[in-house]
Amino acid sequence: MNWESASHFWAMGGYGFFVWGSYAVTALLVAAELVLVARRMRAARAGAARDVAIERIDADRRGRA
Amino acid sequence: MSDSPLTATRAPSSGFSLFYYASPQTFFPLAGKLLWPTWIIAIALTIAGLYTGFFIAPTDATQGDSYRIIFIHVPAAWMSMVVYLVMAFWCAVGLIFNTRLSFMMSSALAPTGAMWAFIALWTGALWGKPTWGTYWVWDARLTSELILFFLYCGYMALQAAIDDPRRADRAGALIAIVGAINVPIIYFSVKWWNTLHQGASVSLTQSPSMASTMLTGMLLMALAAWAYTIGVALVRVRAIMIERERNTDWVRQLGNAAQAGDSKA
Repeated sequence: MNWESASHFWAMGGYGFFVWGSYAVTALLVAAELVLVARRMRAARAGAARDVAIERIDADRRGRA
Repeated sequence: MSDSPLTATRAPSSGFSLFYYASPQTFFPLAGKLLWPTWIIAIALTIAGLYTGFFIAPTDATQGDSYRIIFIHVPAAWMSMVVYLVMAFWCAVGLIFNTRLSFMMSSALAPTGAMWAFIALWTGALWGKPTWGTYWVWDARLTSELILFFLYCGYMALQAAIDDPRRADRAGALIAIVGAINVPIIYFSVKWWNTLHQGASVSLTQSPSMASTMLTGMLLMALAAWAYTIGVALVRVRAIMIERERNTDWVRQLGNAAQAGDSKA
């Protein structure tokens, strides 16, 4: 085991700012990318569903006319 | 995410074909099925890598604990180069065979590649300060990695700027393929020029210059980065497939499924 206590762990032998600054920004970017890509997928699926709905309404109108 | 109606759109032709999955409507459900295993592998490797990196690998004799940045820095730098080469490869395939899925693959990879390049630069700066005394120097390795980041940004900006997707693909492919020359320059920069950046810690010809637990942690994190990149690129390529293939039968069927109350979609 490398660390005597939690505070030792967070201090990273005095390099806490550099080590945690690296890990925090990486975690943030990964999280942000996952959110963005999930949103893009949801929007794409919603768009496809909307297209179908609009087509159906158009076909209905043409049928009535 | 149930894609079962899609698999029925085209019955597999007799016998296995290498190009069976080369079209969006057959690749879409396959990519969907690959997603969960990929995420599980990525999470497991990340946990194993971080545990090895922080709790098993010892403190470095000369750099203290600042060296623990390596578990992100090296995998990110590797991925930034590999992803660029894969992107250029798909662009070349797209130009040669005129396959629409290849260009979608390369656009799906670009944002993740740019992210890795940025992370490599960011963690490199934070590692440079305690070890070299400066966040940044205009040295060959750092400068060529910065150029790689700009190449990713240029590719994405160019694609976004051109409305016609076919022209955007071709213009982007040009940047991706010409820019690929930068990747070997990054890799060999520490040999070709006198730089502040250290040489390769891991190479195929020499035994690694680091403790084996450090190396294990780094390799686990590199594999995790691979799995993450594959997962996120698969999701993005699926979104791009729907966006670009609107008004095709298979996307219409997907829309039908979503309309039919498949709220998971």
